Amino acid sequence: MATDLTLILPEVFMACFAMLGLILAVYTSKDGMASQLVWATSAVFLVMAIWIGTTGEGTNVAFDGMFVDDAFSRFCKVAILLSAAAILLMSEGYMADRGILRFEYPMLIVLAVVGMMMMVSAGDLMSLYMGLELQSLALYVVASLRRDSVKSTEAGLKYFVLGALSSGLLLYGASLVYGYSGTTLFSGIIQTAKSGDMSLGLLFGLVFLAAGFAFKVSAVPFHMWTPDVYEGSPTPITAFFATAPKLAAMALFARVMHDAFGSAVRDWQQIIAFLSVLSMFLGAVAAIGQTNIKRLMAFSSIAHMGYALMGLAAGTVLGVQAMLVYMAIYVTMNVGTFAFILMMQRDGQPVTDIASLNLYARREPGRALAMLVLLFSLAGVPPMLGFFGKLYVLRAAYDAGLIWLAVAGVIASVIGAFYYLRIVFFMYFGDETDEVMTGSKSPILSGFLMASATIMVVGIVNMFGIEGAAAFAATALVN
Amino acid sequence: MQDSILSLVTFTPALAALILAVFLRGDDEHAQRNAKWVAMFATCATFLASLFILFRFDPLNTGFQFIEEAEWLLGLQYKMGIDGISVLFVMLTTFMMPLVIWASWDVTERVKEYMIAFLLLETLMLGVFCALDLVLFYLFFEAGLIPMFLIIGIWGGKNRIYASFKFFLYTFLGSVLMLVAMVGMFVEAGTTDIEQLLNHQFGSETFSLLGIQIVGGMQTLLFLAFFASFAVKMPMWPVHTWLPDAHVQAPTAGSVVLAAILLKMGGYGFLRFSIPMFPIGSDVMTPLVLWMSAIAIVYTSLVALVQEDMKKLIAYSSVAHMGFVTMGIFAGNQQGIDGAIFQMLSHGFISGALFLCVGVIYDRMHTREIDAYGGLVNRMPAYALIFMLFTMANVGLPGTSGFVGEFLTLMAVFQVNTWVALVATSGVVFSAAYALWLYRRVVMGDLIKESLKSIGDMTRREKAIFAPLVVMTILLGVYPAMALDIIGPTVAQLVDNYQTALSVSEQATRLAMN
Repeated sequence: MATDLTLILPEVFMACFAMLGLILAVYTSKDGMASQLVWATSAVFLVMAIWIGTTGEGTNVAFDGMFVDDAFSRFCKVAILLSAAAILLMSEGYMADRGILRFEYPMLIVLAVVGMMMMVSAGDLMSLYMGLELQSLALYVVASLRRDSVKSTEAGLKYFVLGALSSGLLLYGASLVYGYSGTTLFSGIIQTAKSGDMSLGLLFGLVFLAAGFAFKVSAVPFHMWTPDVYEGSPTPITAFFATAPKLAAMALFARVMHDAFGSAVRDWQQIIAFLSVLSMFLGAVAAIGQTNIKRLMAFSSIAHMGYALMGLAAGTVLGVQAMLVYMAIYVTMNVGTFAFILMMQRDGQPVTDIASLNLYARREPGRALAMLVLLFSLAGVPPMLGFFGKLYVLRAAYDAGLIWLAVAGVIASVIGAFYYLRIVFFMYFGDETDEVMTGSKSPILSGFLMASATIMVVGIVNMFGIEGAAAFAATALVN
Repeated sequence: MQDSILSLVTFTPALAALILAVFLRGDDEHAQRNAKWVAMFATCATFLASLFILFRFDPLNTGFQFIEEAEWLLGLQYKMGIDGISVLFVMLTTFMMPLVIWASWDVTERVKEYMIAFLLLETLMLGVFCALDLVLFYLFFEAGLIPMFLIIGIWGGKNRIYASFKFFLYTFLGSVLMLVAMVGMFVEAGTTDIEQLLNHQFGSETFSLLGIQIVGGMQTLLFLAFFASFAVKMPMWPVHTWLPDAHVQAPTAGSVVLAAILLKMGGYGFLRFSIPMFPIGSDVMTPLVLWMSAIAIVYTSLVALVQEDMKKLIAYSSVAHMGFVTMGIFAGNQQGIDGAIFQMLSHGFISGALFLCVGVIYDRMHTREIDAYGGLVNRMPAYALIFMLFTMANVGLPGTSGFVGEFLTLMAVFQVNTWVALVATSGVVFSAAYALWLYRRVVMGDLIKESLKSIGDMTRREKAIFAPLVVMTILLGVYPAMALDIIGPTVAQLVDNYQTALSVSEQATRLAMN
């Protein structure tokens, strides 16, 4: 029992931190200390990331296999914690300016992060669902954080209703899996789920589980909620949605597919390849007509999930490694891009219209250049790091014999390049107009934008060791 | 120093760009002049350093020289090196860039960014010719799109948005298929090292895919994927339509770089990858490529005849000249490939000079309409002389470098496919027609247009820019051995390997038949 608790100590500690923070804020100055809480939370995230990243060895299980601590979960946890810390720091100024910096916000984020950490460590359908719901419930609330805005509450409600539906699908799948395999433990399921002679019930369970996960990673055809929620939520929340939860859900997807159904790769490979190709194309095509940069980023994230799923569809160590590398790069790019979007404002009011970026490069050459780097990286144009993410997943897919998927992926990336270029077009090629956007001068946002852009260029030298860590994590997951 | 000379040459311009980006503040006259001088200095330094490569280069060694190697991500390598095929392209690039910078001395809008874009572009172009790793090659090849996209889009003409998007998306679509093929080669051969891949035999057994028999198997598919990229880049008919738009809208310097260097990447790609790595696939597709080239030569020459915009006319003539290049390459013999490389070099000087010629009068009159000119010889004698020289070189007059390339490629293709040679030769006549007619309409005749009455002749700077180009065009025209001696041995080796691979596979087929 004691060793079990040692393993989940980070999660326990963070849950306690969230409770204490809530109590403290309620009994003292309430929203008055929200700002300090945000900083404290970021610090806690950072410390946790260092702690988890530097300690912990090998594969350990706690609570009879319900909780797994291995290289894979550690890699994902570090990435989740770091990105969450970055988004929190970025959001503080923006939310304070607009009077929506409530003390619940950092605490809900902590709870969501605890849920994500549970998700990536889940070794059992029960702990999986527990983590997933903890995360989701916290996110439903933060989506509607701006209580007086119709769009924000609509986003929260929409997210909640559709999220509940997907949880239902997932639960139904889990019950089928339990019914046909007799256990909820992944290590037990994998014994019964053998490729070729999998029972029909188990196969149905697998499909429903996959549908639930596809909803969480917003893969087509379970993506409908994404643009509305992205557009309606306050921008910092959107930034958060686009990073940590996506990574956690993708990791969970990989965890279940490999740990519970790892011996039936051929059965789920087609499903994921199908989700992947649809996401890539829909993300690329639907984003073309968007004029709101937040909606555009929603479709961009759908397309990116398609590429990450391409790695997962390979069903190999290489595939999981590619997926992890891709997600790490994706998260870094999105932190920078959203730092830029958070800076977009006119007369102190946030703007999200792409056209308002007209001739931005002439007024702010440095930031425009950083955004240019990020956009080309998002489009997967070399020499930016985003290209290497694509290269990894392409190789994994080709290696696994999914050549058609690789070809479809690169063609979709050409279509996708168009809308990223459109933003470049507004920033650099536009004509003079009166509607001049005055970007915010926040040094924190600028810092994140510049850092992210720098990583996209400098990272191509050695990727800061992510490659090796991801390979290690992937080997731990796939065996 | 000698160990890393290629990296030094390649990254010097990028370093200068970085210095400009970080240290140069403001956009006043001072800053602009500094930006120009830094760019000028960097490109000249690069050229001088590259002379060192040329002198140390051993033409008789048919392998790669000046090799540099380092480990990189994903089992890739950072590997640079040059051989007889690439060395002259490196020289062409470093030679043209100072002229390009000098030709943009009058730019006033966002000068710092302009110079940064061109310096980065030079690094990327040099990288393409030096890279000895598939992915490294792809990286440089594709990354070149970004600065060119910005050059057309920011400093371009009226319709620049359309042209820049078309340029980017067209070439991007072509190259992503090459990327998949590269990934495939990586998986099949287990390496991305070009030197090792040159010795790797890719499968050539016929198989059927979706009910279609693929002769030449894997090699043909790989060839087609690379072809998609290089044919667009070349550009070959019928995927050439991005080029006239891009040329017309690009600023003069952008057009020069595009015509003189960027177009050569396609031909270089054929010689570096398609022919040596997929000989059987190349052989299967040779008739198609030859006929596409012949059509390109005749069709685009005819199209050039009816153009009203000077830049568009020269752009179409570029497509025709590139037709000679592809024709020479796929003739697959010594004269053909020698001629193709020679034609690419000479076209680099000639088309670059022609775009500069258009730039000279565009700077004065701000129009490229042919009808807006006429009788320029009366006011601009020096200009008339230089324009005439390059018009003649474009036509392929003996004594200019244009003749050597066309003659060699035609002779080569005559041995392989007489009909193609016949059609292509008629293109030479058309090229004389459009080029001379252009010259007649712009330069000859009486000066009757009111607006031209006060036009001034070329300034000293403009004359100085043309001087090196004139020298090279004539020098290569009267003494082609200067270049052919350098490329000859490597090309001989290439042709030898190509023919051996073909005869081996032919024997294997014959054995299988028996």
